[in-house]
Amino acid sequence: MIVYILCFILFLVGVYGVLTKKDLIKIILALSIMEYSANLFLILFAYKSGGGMPILSKGEKIQGMVDPLPQALVLTSIVIELGITAMLVAFAIRLYQKYETFDITKIRRLSG
Amino acid sequence: MILPLPYFIVIPLLAAFLISLISDEKDHWAIILSVASIISLLVISIAGFIHVIGDNIVYKLGGWDIPYTICLVMDSFTAFILITIHLIALTSIIYSISYIRHFSKSGKYYSLFLLLIAGMNGVVITGDIFNLFVFMEIALFSAYALVAYGNKAEQFEAAFKYAVMGSISSTIILIGIGITYSAFSTLTMADIANQVESVDSGIVTWLRCIFAVGFGLKAAIIPFHAWLPDAHSSAPAPISSMLSGVLIKALGIYVIIRLFFNVFGAPQIFLHAFRILGSISILIGVLLARYQWDLKRLLAYHSISQIGYIMLGIGIGSYLGILGAVFHLLNHAIFKGLLFYNAGSVEMAVGTRDLRQMGDLKGKLPTTTGTSMIASFSISGLPPFNGFFSKLILIYAAVQVGYFIHAGIAVIGSFLTLSSFLKVQKYGFLGGTEPELTETKISTSMKSAMIILTIMCLLTSIIIIPGIREYILRPVVYDIMSKAEYIKLVLGG
Repeated sequence: MIVYILCFILFLVGVYGVLTKKDLIKIILALSIMEYSANLFLILFAYKSGGGMPILSKGEKIQGMVDPLPQALVLTSIVIELGITAMLVAFAIRLYQKYETFDITKIRRLSG
Repeated sequence: MILPLPYFIVIPLLAAFLISLISDEKDHWAIILSVASIISLLVISIAGFIHVIGDNIVYKLGGWDIPYTICLVMDSFTAFILITIHLIALTSIIYSISYIRHFSKSGKYYSLFLLLIAGMNGVVITGDIFNLFVFMEIALFSAYALVAYGNKAEQFEAAFKYAVMGSISSTIILIGIGITYSAFSTLTMADIANQVESVDSGIVTWLRCIFAVGFGLKAAIIPFHAWLPDAHSSAPAPISSMLSGVLIKALGIYVIIRLFFNVFGAPQIFLHAFRILGSISILIGVLLARYQWDLKRLLAYHSISQIGYIMLGIGIGSYLGILGAVFHLLNHAIFKGLLFYNAGSVEMAVGTRDLRQMGDLKGKLPTTTGTSMIASFSISGLPPFNGFFSKLILIYAAVQVGYFIHAGIAVIGSFLTLSSFLKVQKYGFLGGTEPELTETKISTSMKSAMIILTIMCLLTSIIIIPGIREYILRPVVYDIMSKAEYIKLVLGG
């Protein structure tokens, strides 16, 4: 149970960062922390203490293995997050070129 | 006839990567390929819609059995959304041909555009909840890039905001998917639906909450709407029409309807929440829109308001309510697409989006003025245009089940919409002095896209005629409302 709570705290750290930080790069980092906690959450569901690796060979029982599906899901979602993070960093670079600052309180050409 | 469902994903993906391979400085091949692929997809989806009435289709990827494979499912509702997507996409790409050349002459735009289509098609057609997440990210990824396509400072700002909000909602959805898998041990939506009764109802309620928040953020229902006006008003006009017209519906409304009516079931308390959120969206969206002077921002706020009508229809939950919601979904895609094209034409001709700097345009831009008038009448719900009929059904459905306050709010919202669009017409198109035009000629491709959608504004009104309504909308609503039928289709087929 304690690992789930720690995972949730990690998620909250990410949310806190996204909501309060004023720096574009820090927001991106906080977003990454949030996404990592989601991935960790999925892995925790699949974990079975003392479970073996999920390769089915002759005479081996399925009961003693960890669930491989969430790991596959997490691999996919890590790749997606890589893309999104790269995109966000690209936006941050272009914003820096246009405004010459990373401070979101100074990047306010849009009203609202 | 066997309908090849993977084509909905394969054709746009293949075309997107082919375009990025073959197009260099010129965009001719990119245009030909993208128009051809979208027309073929439109034809397949219409054929699919006719085919699936009474006979739905399931495709199992790789030929594995259902709980282990990713399945693609097509019922009437899916086909209906697919037709909407491709109809707007076709006009949008026609409009883009000359519009996007003002930004750059490369084929990258078309590549991203087709990736957006591939993502939306995937979300709509898949029967696997994690697959839905992956396609949603593909669609959003290209949407972020397309919002920033114009290379201006405020567009990067809007795209950054949009990407942060999108990532937050995606993370929430991913956590929801993780909990779903741990509770149900399956990711196939029909299999989940089959097991909902046997799982602890507390967990299911939590899942409903998580998915309502996650996809509510994508649909921009009122407490989650903050990103929408920036993103939708900063994007190039054809992309605004894609985002406002279909993206928020395919990623938000469609998934909410699918998850709540076909998978997890929708208890009264959630329908009640949808009704309330819908009503609040109608009022606040239109009230915020009334004070905008930026034409595209005004239209973006109206999107929030119109999404509220759809949510209200879903929340009513009766046959007529859902029929009105589905009908309004199609209508909103058409007239909001048209309004964004008008805004794009005006922006190109006058060089501004500020209503105060426009003026009497009917002499210089007759097509834009005429079509914008019809679209304004449509969105404000004046007969005989399509918006009138769907709003009438929604209001009638609300009165029929006794939700008089919600019906009243819908009527008031409609009047406020009318007054807001009278302002647009007065300042933007009909009144005042003639402004100086930076570009005197609106090109044929932009005109034809606007005219196609104007005709559609009138043409979709005939769906209301009882014989046609039974044929087009009844199977859609039937598919939404029968959960058992969806389970039987996927698992028993």
